[in-house]
Amino acid sequence: MIQSFKMALKSISGNKMRSFLTMLGIIIGVMALVILVSLVNGTTSSVTDTINSLGSNMVGVTVSNDYGNPVRKEDLDEWVKRPNIGYAAPIASGSMTGKYNSTSKTVTVYGTTEQYFTIKKSELSIGRFLKSSDYDNHTNVCVISSETAEKLVGYTSCLNEEITLNGSKFKIVGVLKENKDASALAAIMGGGNLEAYIPYSSHVRLSTDTSNYVTSFYLSAAEGFTTDSVKTVINQIMLERFNYDEDAFNVQSTDTLEDAMGNITAILSILLGGIAGISLVVGGIGIMNIMLVTVTERTREIGIRKAIGASRGAILRQFLIEAVVLCMIGCAIGIFLSWSFLRLVTVIVSSLDLSFGMNGTVVIVAVSFCFFIGVVFGLYPANKAAKMKPIDALHYSE
Amino acid sequence: MISLKDICKTYRIGTEVVHALDHASLEVEDGEFVSIIGPSGSGKSTLMNIIGCLDIADSGEYLLDGIPIEDYSENELATVRNKKIGFVFQSFNLINKLTAYENVELPLIYQKLKKSERKARVRAALEKVDLVKRAEHFPTELSGGQQQRVAIARAIATHPSLILADEPTGNLDSKTSKEIMDIFHDLNSQGNTIVLITHDRNVAKQAKRSVNILDGRVSEATDDSIV
Repeated sequence: MIQSFKMALKSISGNKMRSFLTMLGIIIGVMALVILVSLVNGTTSSVTDTINSLGSNMVGVTVSNDYGNPVRKEDLDEWVKRPNIGYAAPIASGSMTGKYNSTSKTVTVYGTTEQYFTIKKSELSIGRFLKSSDYDNHTNVCVISSETAEKLVGYTSCLNEEITLNGSKFKIVGVLKENKDASALAAIMGGGNLEAYIPYSSHVRLSTDTSNYVTSFYLSAAEGFTTDSVKTVINQIMLERFNYDEDAFNVQSTDTLEDAMGNITAILSILLGGIAGISLVVGGIGIMNIMLVTVTERTREIGIRKAIGASRGAILRQFLIEAVVLCMIGCAIGIFLSWSFLRLVTVIVSSLDLSFGMNGTVVIVAVSFCFFIGVVFGLYPANKAAKMKPIDALHYSE
Repeated sequence: MISLKDICKTYRIGTEVVHALDHASLEVEDGEFVSIIGPSGSGKSTLMNIIGCLDIADSGEYLLDGIPIEDYSENELATVRNKKIGFVFQSFNLINKLTAYENVELPLIYQKLKKSERKARVRAALEKVDLVKRAEHFPTELSGGQQQRVAIARAIATHPSLILADEPTGNLDSKTSKEIMDIFHDLNSQGNTIVLITHDRNVAKQAKRSVNILDGRVSEATDDSIV
């Protein structure tokens, strides 16, 4: 066995250029596999981080059938007192025409309370959030996104300016900090709308679709509690409230979004990995091709070996090991080059806060796949060599 | 040692049937030095292939060391070639990628001997042909005579029952031919059984006993009847 291994190395190093060209197919295949899958994984973790920054530990509830027992803001205030639940905010949204002087834009207006900003982990660039007194007094004040400030008002430090939403005047009391990740994601998801936040009670007056019966609200987990526990608690509350009808409401958390994202990237990994796998198979065919040439070239050597007592198995082993060794060297070079490439990419895009580590699983997959390919595509040429009759092989003239 | 009885072998070349061996019989005793002489096309290569277990007869009986060969499978024949027969070919048949040492070592590797044992045997074999100094040379760096001596070392390294030489001097000049024949004489005097196949009567004469082969038939030869 060790002898066959040495012979294989000798034969491979005896024809360096040809061996390298043969290996090239495997090298490229392995690189494609390892790099693509690692890139997908690296991007995934970055996207997952972005989703988390949209507000993790957040549970969204929508009510579609209230069975005559609608949720009110007072109920939310009651539920917040439960240990698991940190904050609760009603949310109502509607598209409205926003006006400032002569500028007119469509603005998505959210009616909510002060707790919303805590749940969403929003940050202010200037001014203040909504206050509970704003809700109580139906104040016509609004907090707007920095994009709204730029596009509707024209400048971001626009505190105390007044904009008109569906004909009613609202005073700007705060401008939110731009969330780069979130706005990028919003742009991908077809959003990118201008946003304004007003007290829920004001939204009720402004929009006919919104009433004091809250049909949609957000909850966050209290310190030390998981989103899942909040989901369980609110699910129980809702079931009790709505005659144990599971279809009357819907509880969703950002975990669901993460799961969906995970599914997408898993599919993407398999898809890209599959394509890379095809190139590995093509590389394997290259190995088979060159092994067939080698076997023909070395017919006389095979004859000599057989004449002095090499069994079929010994010849088969020799050529099979040669094919597998060729594959595995290619695999090792491919993995090393992939590693170097990924390090390089990580350095180049370091400003984007992305990190592309080599995925251990994909390396194991690549190595075992290469081994498999070496055996499968080495078997036919090796068998051809082993089957040769010693006299025919001995008298073979080159 | 060798007992061939009524060996027949036919080949089909295109539509023509060639009787390479026609009821050939031959006995070789332990320690003998026998030359088989015949012109080309007489069937001597076929005889050599059958004696060397590279080929199997169509009919007849072949006993090597008392063991009937015809029932053997391909792998069993490989073992017989490995352990009982040492080949010396006209064209040397060394593997050019391996050094003289490695060429001699090769049959011992197939015997799965330990490294230390292999080393001792290779050294002894190379000493017998006086090539220890050239052990690390590749065949292409050696003269024809030296290459044939490496081939002889490879043949004797396994301590075979029979050394089978097929025109061993065919590619060599007369001076080196004599050196090679001297080695065969030495080996024979040390008790090795040698069967030498040739078309050269001067070479054949040096053997203790000569056998003629003509049109696939084997007959004992006196000095006068050597063709």
